[in-house]
Amino acid sequence: MQTDKIRPVLLDLTGVDKSFGQVHALSGVSLSLHQGLCTGLVGHNGAGKSTLINVIAGFLPPSAGDVAFDGVGTLNLLSIDQRSALGIRCVLQELSLCPNLTVAENTQLLHRHLRGRGWRRKAADLIIAKLDDIFPGHGIAPHTELRRLPLGARQMVEIARAFTQTTTEVRLVILDEPTSSLDTQSSAQLLRYVRTFVEGGKNCLFVSHKMDEITSVTDEVVVLKDGRVVHQIETKDTSRAEIVSKMGSIDTDLRGASQKKTFGGKDSDGIALGLPAGPDIPPLSLRPGEVIGLAGLAGDGQTEALKSVLARYKRKCTFVAGDRATDGVFPLWSIKHNTSIGALHSLLSNGIIRSQSEAKLANDWKDKIGIRASGIDADLTSLSGGNQQKVLFARALASASDIVLMDDPTRGVDVGTKREIYQIIEAEAQTGRSFLWYSTEFDELTYCDRVLVFCQGKVAVVLEGAEINEQNVIAFSFGQKVSA
Amino acid sequence: MITLLQYRVLLPLVTLIALTGTIFILQPRTMSYFGLSLLFSFILPIALATVAQMFVIAVNEIDLSIGAYVSFATVTVVTYLDTDPAIAVGLLLGAIALHTAVGALIQLFQMPSIVITLGMSFFWGGCALMVRPLPGGHAPDWLTAIVKVKTPFVPFPILACVVLALLLHLLLMRSAVGTIFRGTGGNERAIRNAGLSVTGIKSAMFFLSGLFGVLSGVVLAGLIVSADADIASNYTLLSIAAVILGGGLFVGGIVSPTGAVIGAATLTLAASFLSFINVPADWQTGAQGAILIIALALRGITERYEH
Repeated sequence: MQTDKIRPVLLDLTGVDKSFGQVHALSGVSLSLHQGLCTGLVGHNGAGKSTLINVIAGFLPPSAGDVAFDGVGTLNLLSIDQRSALGIRCVLQELSLCPNLTVAENTQLLHRHLRGRGWRRKAADLIIAKLDDIFPGHGIAPHTELRRLPLGARQMVEIARAFTQTTTEVRLVILDEPTSSLDTQSSAQLLRYVRTFVEGGKNCLFVSHKMDEITSVTDEVVVLKDGRVVHQIETKDTSRAEIVSKMGSIDTDLRGASQKKTFGGKDSDGIALGLPAGPDIPPLSLRPGEVIGLAGLAGDGQTEALKSVLARYKRKCTFVAGDRATDGVFPLWSIKHNTSIGALHSLLSNGIIRSQSEAKLANDWKDKIGIRASGIDADLTSLSGGNQQKVLFARALASASDIVLMDDPTRGVDVGTKREIYQIIEAEAQTGRSFLWYSTEFDELTYCDRVLVFCQGKVAVVLEGAEINEQNVIAFSFGQKVSA
Repeated sequence: MITLLQYRVLLPLVTLIALTGTIFILQPRTMSYFGLSLLFSFILPIALATVAQMFVIAVNEIDLSIGAYVSFATVTVVTYLDTDPAIAVGLLLGAIALHTAVGALIQLFQMPSIVITLGMSFFWGGCALMVRPLPGGHAPDWLTAIVKVKTPFVPFPILACVVLALLLHLLLMRSAVGTIFRGTGGNERAIRNAGLSVTGIKSAMFFLSGLFGVLSGVVLAGLIVSADADIASNYTLLSIAAVILGGGLFVGGIVSPTGAVIGAATLTLAASFLSFINVPADWQTGAQGAILIIALALRGITERYEH
């Protein structure tokens, strides 16, 4: 740390809070970035990494706290433009490029003083020079529309664009999972460039799930957990294993372990899941009454796994969406209609829905699940988010399906409602229903009989009983090999 | 970029040439200054309305009010411009301001433009009826003289369309500000992340749309001299069809000003073409629709090859 003391501070966060409704994405983050360093930012899903970089870049205002920058003081009131003028640049995971514009035109969006005669050529020269600098041999033509480039090339353009410099000096570049679409060679080129950039006295904030990259490119590592900085250390003083262990708490109080029922079902009674799995994994099946959790980093194949099971056992499955607005509710329908839609064939009499049976079904489930509403004829949108989610559960459970697929069903739901949902799941499992449950929250996995941890699109390990703990889940989702 | 640009404009251009060629064969007398003037006499107001629509489609919105809006502008001109020019100019400027405000509100409150502009179409239709409850009026003679001017060699409507296409190409496809406009249709978040105001951009596009809608109404008034409140109601669908025919897409900020003007010309000619091949008047609207579907199907096929 001796060198850090001498280096002046470039960016200083003090007590930064950010909450979305009831969810605290960041709570009291204080962090100093010293000039000329590459800082690695790591953390598990939902640790607050994306929120933090969005706050620094100015895309999101903090709920409380202060972000100060060398020479200007607080940034809180500055627009994105003004931050860009200070030399803060950001490469986000979901690309900030316009697919219908050319590479040069997209560069102009960031350098809007390039206008008048010949601006296209200037913008083209600027971006190509930087691409040559970072990714020699990239083969990208400046007047190609972005949508005609492969994903990797688009990411290269976005990265190079962030480093381009015209009137103001680039001082801090935030890279969020910059190598997610790059091949090995381009990734290596980027890491090399980041080192030269940083050694020129500039700063990088490097967010990555890939521990090799973190250990090779960063000078220091900051670990986020539950919206707080839990660890900050020089990279040379730490190890991959230590970083990974800091991301999860070493929590011995496993609620799930004590209350878990011994599961009696046999594999032969179950249905084959047919999921892509690593070499050491036996064929996976879901037994009657079993709750299987799907874990791992977001977007590592869990949703695809649910979809493949749904495609395989269409009629036997029902689906509970986590992304209510797009995958789940019929916002203009009543609670009753939202509940009964999955069970209509059991309500038919000569092809006509019996409205009394429909009302009874909806009322029964409303009471059983505890949906807090004035009545079953109330509009769905009159309910709180958590109660809307309960209606989705009611719909799934009211259907005759044996298998319930859940895509992170408690996303954005408050703690109390979550507990109630867990109880419903346990009660329904007792009656022989099986659940396949993708969750991004570790606590929920303790309600599962078995947990499949995904890594890079495949099941990396099957955890059972006491093996289901946060450390294991994190370690395997970061690609740790199964050790004896 | 060059190849792509040519590509987008190529198909509408081929359609237009094929249609013109067929008409020349069917009616050789159209192959003259006078014949072309007649064939293309109404192209300019349709092209201007198409351009108005294109600005809105470029930012992923749609304007279902453009037909009623142009009608309002036309009846305002034939009713007031000769006698009370101040009222006429005031009404037209007010219309542009209101249209701009609609664009801002659509973005600010995240409202679907398809519904809002449909509602506005009834508003403009009502305004047009208030200005001119019965057909009639008289456009100023100077206006008629301008839009019917005889230019040497090439008839004025064709000349005006070429100039219009070139100017818009420079504005939307070549200038730095046009890049930002189209980028908004491509990825709003990217524009916001670059520190730009999407509301401001959409308002600007609705302003341009309102401006060109008024121009369309003014030119139409000059051509027909007197009008009724429903005069341009078919412009809504014509303009959307022309933008799409000209290589534009409803989403993604993919538009082509040159293509849109050519699309407008194609649709103008389609009506004449159907008369020349003796399609009964009852069937013409349907046949126009069929031409449109065939042209769009062709585009679907060529675009599949592209991938």
